[in-house]
Amino acid sequence: MDQGLFSYLLRQGDSCLILGHRLSEWCGHAPQLELDIALANIALDLTGQADAFLGLAAEVEGQGRDADALAFHRDVLDYRNLLLVELPNEDFGLTIARQFLFDAWQVEFYGALARSSDQRVAALAAKGLREATYHERFSGEWLVRLGDGTDESHARAQAAIDELWTYTGEMFECDALVAGLVERGIAPDHRGLKAAWDARVADVLAEATLRRPADGWMQSGGLKGRHGEALGHLLAEMQFLPRAYPGARW
Amino acid sequence: MSQRDWPLYEVFVRARNGMSHRHVGSVHAADPAMAVEMARDVYTRRSEGVSLWVVPSAAIIASDPRDKDVMFETMGDKIYRHPTFYDIPADVKNI
Amino acid sequence: MYTQGLNIEAGDKSIPLEDRNSALMQRFQSRIDAEEKVEPTDWMPEGYRKTLIRQISQHAHSEIVGMLPEGNWITRAPSLRRKMILLAKVQDEGGHGLYLYSAAETLGISRAELIDQLLTGKAKYSSIFNYPTPTWADVGAIGWLVDGAAIMNQVPLCRCSYGPYARAMIRVCKEESFHQRQGYEIMIALSQGTAEQKRMAQEALNRWWWPSLMMFGPSDAASLHSSQNMAWKIKRVSNDELRQKFVDVTVPQAEFLGLTVPDPDLRWNGETGHYEFGEIDWTEFNQVLAGNGPCNRDRMKKRRKAHDDGAWVREAALAHAEKRRARQAMTAAAAE
Repeated sequence: MDQGLFSYLLRQGDSCLILGHRLSEWCGHAPQLELDIALANIALDLTGQADAFLGLAAEVEGQGRDADALAFHRDVLDYRNLLLVELPNEDFGLTIARQFLFDAWQVEFYGALARSSDQRVAALAAKGLREATYHERFSGEWLVRLGDGTDESHARAQAAIDELWTYTGEMFECDALVAGLVERGIAPDHRGLKAAWDARVADVLAEATLRRPADGWMQSGGLKGRHGEALGHLLAEMQFLPRAYPGARW
Repeated sequence: MSQRDWPLYEVFVRARNGMSHRHVGSVHAADPAMAVEMARDVYTRRSEGVSLWVVPSAAIIASDPRDKDVMFETMGDKIYRHPTFYDIPADVKNI
Repeated sequence: MYTQGLNIEAGDKSIPLEDRNSALMQRFQSRIDAEEKVEPTDWMPEGYRKTLIRQISQHAHSEIVGMLPEGNWITRAPSLRRKMILLAKVQDEGGHGLYLYSAAETLGISRAELIDQLLTGKAKYSSIFNYPTPTWADVGAIGWLVDGAAIMNQVPLCRCSYGPYARAMIRVCKEESFHQRQGYEIMIALSQGTAEQKRMAQEALNRWWWPSLMMFGPSDAASLHSSQNMAWKIKRVSNDELRQKFVDVTVPQAEFLGLTVPDPDLRWNGETGHYEFGEIDWTEFNQVLAGNGPCNRDRMKKRRKAHDDGAWVREAALAHAEKRRARQAMTAAAAE
């Protein structure tokens, strides 16, 4: 089995799945009916991407598991998502800030991954890129509205960016796993995504009249299975049925 | 009432290339860019369109329904505007 | 149905009774009789306008509140496929609420006023959404029974005399067709599954059967506004007729699943070609409508919380739009 590719696909699938799940928590509770529908669309895109990446991961693994087995029968230690996406929604400000920081990365990432030497991976990235481009436009515009809106919305948006900044470093990590795939032409060097991300984020923060936090200490570990406390609760909820009724089909 | 509404926009969707935009409903949005995105999310979830227009509802100028007789029914007797008004012998082709 | 509250408000003074013999009224009625559609700018009796606002908004509120019971399972759907289906379905309900609010707004009432009526308890929504969804089978039962009942009511509304409502309903019905099928598919999976899953399915049917029959509203004999609404073609088929049709198509579907309809009086009448069924507990129905269903308080609490928590977001977007307009005006002025 191609362990490197398998783990890499899990990282992408898990990040999409967890962020999609977080967004789906808004359904029925958003600030405006139109936003319920908009956030659900993004959640659906991300869950679809998760399904595709996890499906491919299962295929690469070749042990008879499928995307559902990977999604519903792994515990926290085996999840490989970015720490950024598992953070609870808090309020609409944090949800939008988290989304924008991720989307701005995902656009760059998918753009680079679409040139992967693995045709299956490249195809998933190309499809995801169209969706991510729309997401980034949506979340970027919303960050501007909140940042340059009322005093309250500005304060909430700034607090969200400040709180999340320490989780952004993980998106650009290039550990041995990534390095191995870079060598084979399968994955881009994630460090190389940083400049374009920085520029895009700086533009939007400036338009939003928000301050870019300094690059201080960055949190790390999600990609290796070292998670915070929130993920376990999310998985307990998400995996409840398949775990409580082993072997049942739904 | 507790809140100000976001302004109302009318939504028009072009279903396929070559067709005209058709009115499908409305959305509330705080600004024009948001209106386009909301219209996309609400009215094209099932690939119903390839192009969208949004127009502030307040900007639509409509004919007055009380004028219906004066404005439209006077056209009913102008039957010479329709091709069926003219008698052409059946033997004449391509006309 | 989704607008069953219309039927029970006896002595409602807010709907004016107009002189039915006036020339305008007669012309209006003859247009309706000729199956012409009424459009927003056309003259219409005040009673017609008010009835429609109430019916369409109750319908819209039902869609919005209806997002909650099924939304309860979005984060716990048992597979990625089910998760996406359910999210898309609940999202559709939001969309349907939105189409309907749009239609109501053409009658000269704002979305903010309509939402305000819902959140202050002035407006009603369907009794069905005040029942809980404790198990996954409830998601299946809602799709199968509640959406099934809704479709039965909504198809005739596509021919409603008010143009914007009829057009919204055409769109709703087109999208709704997948809802019932996905619900029944869940029920099939459960009823063919483990003993625990079968139990879940049967329990859900036990809990949703009677409330689903109540969705069609009081029997025709007890229904107050029906005859005027039928004459105006706002309502097109009577409550009892729709309810009978629902029972007739649903009982065989339950049999296919191997589930038992919780009604000892249910029997097929070969002469009439219809099922006979037991007496509906109208006391329960009236209590749920009056606010005493198992989930009335919780549903309203959640809607109010979403609305209140979102106030700063809605304000921010307006404030930003105003700033942007002001800046554009300044730039334009400077350029002159």
